Amino acid sequence: MELADIIVKFVLVFIIFAISLVIAMYSTYAERKVAAFFQDRIGPNRAGPWGILQPLADGGKMFLKEEIIPTNASGFLFIVGPSLAIMTACIGSAVIPWGQKLTIGSHVIDLQVADINVGILYVFGVVSLGVYGVMIGGWASNNKYSLLGAIRAASQNISYEISMGLSIIALLMVTGTLSLREIAEQQHSWHWNVLYQPIGFILFLVCAFAETNRTPFDLPECETELVGGYHTEYSSMKLGFYLFAEYINMFISSAVMVTLYWGGYNYPGMDWMAAHTGPALAPLIGVGVMFLKIFLFIFFFMWVRWTIPRFRYDQLMDLGWKVLIPIAIANIVVTGIVITLINR
Amino acid sequence: MEPLSNKRKVVDNKPLNFLERAYLPAILQGLAITMKHFFRKPVTISYPEEKREFSENFRGMHSLKRDEDGKERCTACGLCALSCPAEAITMIAAERQPGEENLYREEKYAAVYEINMLRCIFCGLCEEACPKEAIYLDGDIVPADYLRKDFIYGKDKLVEAPLNQ
Repeated sequence: MELADIIVKFVLVFIIFAISLVIAMYSTYAERKVAAFFQDRIGPNRAGPWGILQPLADGGKMFLKEEIIPTNASGFLFIVGPSLAIMTACIGSAVIPWGQKLTIGSHVIDLQVADINVGILYVFGVVSLGVYGVMIGGWASNNKYSLLGAIRAASQNISYEISMGLSIIALLMVTGTLSLREIAEQQHSWHWNVLYQPIGFILFLVCAFAETNRTPFDLPECETELVGGYHTEYSSMKLGFYLFAEYINMFISSAVMVTLYWGGYNYPGMDWMAAHTGPALAPLIGVGVMFLKIFLFIFFFMWVRWTIPRFRYDQLMDLGWKVLIPIAIANIVVTGIVITLINR
Repeated sequence: MEPLSNKRKVVDNKPLNFLERAYLPAILQGLAITMKHFFRKPVTISYPEEKREFSENFRGMHSLKRDEDGKERCTACGLCALSCPAEAITMIAAERQPGEENLYREEKYAAVYEINMLRCIFCGLCEEACPKEAIYLDGDIVPADYLRKDFIYGKDKLVEAPLNQ
């Protein structure tokens, strides 16, 4: 690897990191604004025009809040929890292809931090690590509500990871590769995987909601039963890290869903666009399309939040184990049969 | 017995059919309903900048009226204080001195007239009790403040602005 390539990679990492943080920041604003619109309200509009400085005000508030570490909490783990949560949330973006290879003059820039051939497995590994942040945080707080929230988070994430993995297997049978770059390239133009794997997509979507602890699966932090769930004892920026991690997770899981099922940076008419705008501009348009899809998914996350009430805990487990896993297995079998029949 | 109202509805305990058990159609229905609200005009307003119109008989902050010559109408009879169920009104009467005829309409006037806005329940009994048509609850909403003592409104806040001549 040349020095120039390494610098380009560093710049790319920096940009993606900055973008995920900014998107997470503005997701908090968007969430409040979207919630307001869904409830026939106006929403935050005091800080700056239309309230667009609201995330800065919230962040400033978080930083200035008193830092409380409970006497009986485990001091080290108490700090490790939120750090781990936000770290695992951030590193998930490394394998996502944001666009086609960008050609500027003779330089070819890969708009993906790491094109590893086990991309999906990496995403899965990071997602499973994510539960440690919640678990350690809940355990270290030495508070029964936190512990209950952490236990719920752990069991929920593990249960839904199974059906998520099974729904992915059917997708892998269609694509035949684990590399996210290749999966994205295969969905050229309008050949999006959602057309071949609609059931798989719905399964993945439901599991993604559960993995990111979003409504209707936000049992780990449900206020009505568990005060604040695993982050009951957290204050100041450590709480901010947990909340931030949730929004980054939302962004990353939207990006993964877009890449796996909704064509990533591909869109109908992209060949015509590439022929008319040149090799430098066309990939950037693709990146724009990708982000548009991601924003639509983030909006969908919020939309669902204000539509569906929270599951009861036994319903959650029923759905995960008795409904989603059988459907996922059936989906694999049907996909296998169809592939065999077509290839014969 | 025959139902007296038409509101009785027989409970339907049929087991859910497949589509109902699949949740997804119901969820889509719910999403459609929330989406309808997304585009609806908000029912709330940005309060201090925008204000809703008050109804004609709205009872807001009190004002002590002046007559057509700009003299204070209040004669400190105390009927408003007596009628007040919340005991929010206190006053100290004084005698009009020669030379003050352009200020006060009657020989007796209220030297101090205070309404405790935290006690007032805006019932409007003071305005009904007043024989001189001196007090009306025709003002705005009483603004917020930080200290209790600042809610005791004296004549400086209650008396109408003098007529400009």
